[in-house]
Amino acid sequence: MSANVAAHDDHHDHGPEKGIVRWIVTTNHKDIGTLYLAFALVMFFVGGTMALIIRSELFEPGMQFVDPQFFNSMTTMHALVMVFGAVMPAFVGLANWQIPMMIGAPDMALPRMNNMSFWMLVAGVLLLASTLFMEGGAPAGGWTLYPPLVLQTGDALPFAIFSVHLLGISSIMGAINVIATIFNMRAPGMTLMKMPLFVWTWLITAFLLIAIMPVFAGAVTMLLTDRFFDTSFFDAAGGGDPVLYQHIFWFFGHPEVYVMILPTFGVASTIIPVFARKPLFGYASMVYATAAIAFLSFIVWAHHMFTVGMPVAGELYFMYATMLIAVPTGVKIFNWTATMWKGAMTFETPMLFSIAFVVLFTMGGFTGLMMAVAPVDFQYHDTYFIVAHFHYTLVPASIFILMAAGYFWLPKWTGNMYNERIGKLHFWLSAISVNILFFPQHFLGLAGMPRRIPDYAVQFADWNMISSIGAFIYGFSQLLFVYIVIDTIRGGTGEKVTDEVWEDAKKHSLEWTLPSPPPYHSFTTPPEKIPTEHF
Amino acid sequence: MSTSDAYYIPHKAVWPVIGTLGLMVTLAGFANYLNGSSIGPAMMIAGLTLFIVMLAGWFTLQAGESESGMYNHGVGISYRMGMMWFIFSEIMFFAVFFGTLWYTRNLSVEWLAGFGDGPGRATNDLLWSGFEGGWPTNGPGEVGGEYEPMGAFGLPLLNTIILLSSGVTCEWAHHGLLKKNRQQLIKGLIATVSLGFLFVLCQAYEYHEAYTEMGLTLGSGIYGSTFFMLTGFHGFHVCVGAIILSVVLFRSWKGHFTPENHFAFEGAAWYWHFVDVVWLGLFIFVYLM
Repeated sequence: MSANVAAHDDHHDHGPEKGIVRWIVTTNHKDIGTLYLAFALVMFFVGGTMALIIRSELFEPGMQFVDPQFFNSMTTMHALVMVFGAVMPAFVGLANWQIPMMIGAPDMALPRMNNMSFWMLVAGVLLLASTLFMEGGAPAGGWTLYPPLVLQTGDALPFAIFSVHLLGISSIMGAINVIATIFNMRAPGMTLMKMPLFVWTWLITAFLLIAIMPVFAGAVTMLLTDRFFDTSFFDAAGGGDPVLYQHIFWFFGHPEVYVMILPTFGVASTIIPVFARKPLFGYASMVYATAAIAFLSFIVWAHHMFTVGMPVAGELYFMYATMLIAVPTGVKIFNWTATMWKGAMTFETPMLFSIAFVVLFTMGGFTGLMMAVAPVDFQYHDTYFIVAHFHYTLVPASIFILMAAGYFWLPKWTGNMYNERIGKLHFWLSAISVNILFFPQHFLGLAGMPRRIPDYAVQFADWNMISSIGAFIYGFSQLLFVYIVIDTIRGGTGEKVTDEVWEDAKKHSLEWTLPSPPPYHSFTTPPEKIPTEHF
Repeated sequence: MSTSDAYYIPHKAVWPVIGTLGLMVTLAGFANYLNGSSIGPAMMIAGLTLFIVMLAGWFTLQAGESESGMYNHGVGISYRMGMMWFIFSEIMFFAVFFGTLWYTRNLSVEWLAGFGDGPGRATNDLLWSGFEGGWPTNGPGEVGGEYEPMGAFGLPLLNTIILLSSGVTCEWAHHGLLKKNRQQLIKGLIATVSLGFLFVLCQAYEYHEAYTEMGLTLGSGIYGSTFFMLTGFHGFHVCVGAIILSVVLFRSWKGHFTPENHFAFEGAAWYWHFVDVVWLGLFIFVYLM
């Protein structure tokens, strides 16, 4: 690997362009990472506002604030914005900031394409957001865009479809960049099995993305032609099948949810050892478990469709295959717990979020296991139980870990320390309110309350009210995070952090050997020593 | 020409934003057009123009940098990985439509016709009793009316030969490049590009026949849908591949490329072979079977 000494076409100095132009034309992995993270944070609040509209409407039975069509637009857009606008871009932002620093590279392998994948994301989200103001309203058939319902969408349909295409192009370019960077830009001595787990999980995630985004693009393209060009892909009269769309969608959709959780695992595996002051337990098994989960994600998709009418053999196969996922996931939970076992633990904000992730994600995982059982799923399908399940795997898992990553790396990125008191306050408010928000939804689902419905029977009133109260506490607590981010960038507590920020972090990963904040181009010469603490 | 020994990291990039804007305007225009808005076509033309300007500008920039020796071995590896995984994503895109063909042909049409124990029989009894399935089909509703399915021999077989030959001429050109035989390189590329466009012409003729003589259209039920979607996307990829190869031909004529440094040629050739293999799948599963 001779590829590690950087050359630049700068006739001026190594620094960035001035003003706003810097952010538009930048090819720098840190700048682009910052763009991604800032964009994701904004989208987190856009999607969050939609969630609060939903929870306001559901505060009481009966119709309160919005009409049913708009309510359904909100559930649809909330999902699309959070998945494609917030969680995925946030992890791409982390990848941009961290991967070059963690593997000892000067930058990402394909910097110009890196810039393009960010702007493609913005273009895609702009098209999607524009549908809110169109004749017939934004898409309201659910984020899965199932035909034939979604084909009744008004003017928004082609915009939503092209938005998916742009988001897909963005993700594929980002993923290709991650793969090329990890395979081609590692410092000498940084063998694959010495890479921090965050890098490993992103490598595997990138393969998932390249394999699934074209599949989603193909599916929505068929929606487009069914609506506008007379094709019969999803129309039984012409010999097609609406269920076919569901198969294709979930062939994309199931790996897609792992795209949001695998990097989460990676960050947790990076943070927990630092605050347990121990090497990560079972490094190799973590790598293999991640790969196993990724592989399994491709062969379990129809567990989203147990009630749709499949041959019994299909139901059985997808049931057992799905349950298999619990094995590698269990390995991971075990390893995180074993990492903490007898560790000299301290509980700074990133560690608090990470521990909450381990506990609450386990719960989300168990409800997933419940629904893997096909006959049982007939009861839970499309109720609030599934809503509770996947929100437990996304909010106190992916979102919590994104927050943890923010607290963990902001001092490195800015050179300033965040306010630990407000950080802890943010954590406790989030951890408590997220359970007030989502735990009652399990009960609602088990009692039979359907999802994506703006009104409900009176027996569901109490738990809905509690859930909505939790939602508002959770939503507004997140403003603390915005305050902390801005405050830390502007100087934070005033305390200048050391290079490694956290005690002995240097032993775990390369980014802590760089100054805080790190130089504009991370490793212009390869690092001399590769940390090996995780063995 | 010297090759830098450092990994080249460009300092700023203006083309990505321009290209993104072009693509977004094109797609927004197309969406407007589909919704019946009169502003659509103008937006599409503006967006496509911007996109083409971006392609020309960006590739000129890259070619210039490559020729001035700014890319070391490591940069070449990154580009090759990029191309490889891009082609993999294309394979997945085509897999969707091949999968659709397989699923409808072997499962859903059979179920509509009442085969199988589970959902099939009920669907047939309740909705489409009398429908017997089989392939090709435009479904129990006979969507699109009478049509004649496309045969395999004749033009499609000729097209298979044309495209496979172009794969051979492409490799012949590559050997010319490796042996520093400029004549062979340029002749091979001219043959490849010509065969590529000839293929597209034949395909256009076939489509014309289908629409005017055979009653076979995109609206001819699931058979018409899968036929035109698969061959149409493939034809589009042949066009793109032929344009890429034209650019490579132009650069070869300008004296770019050495046996050691010719990523653009390699990438284009990989893409061309990929398009070739997809066609083989199409010929077997869409035309022959």
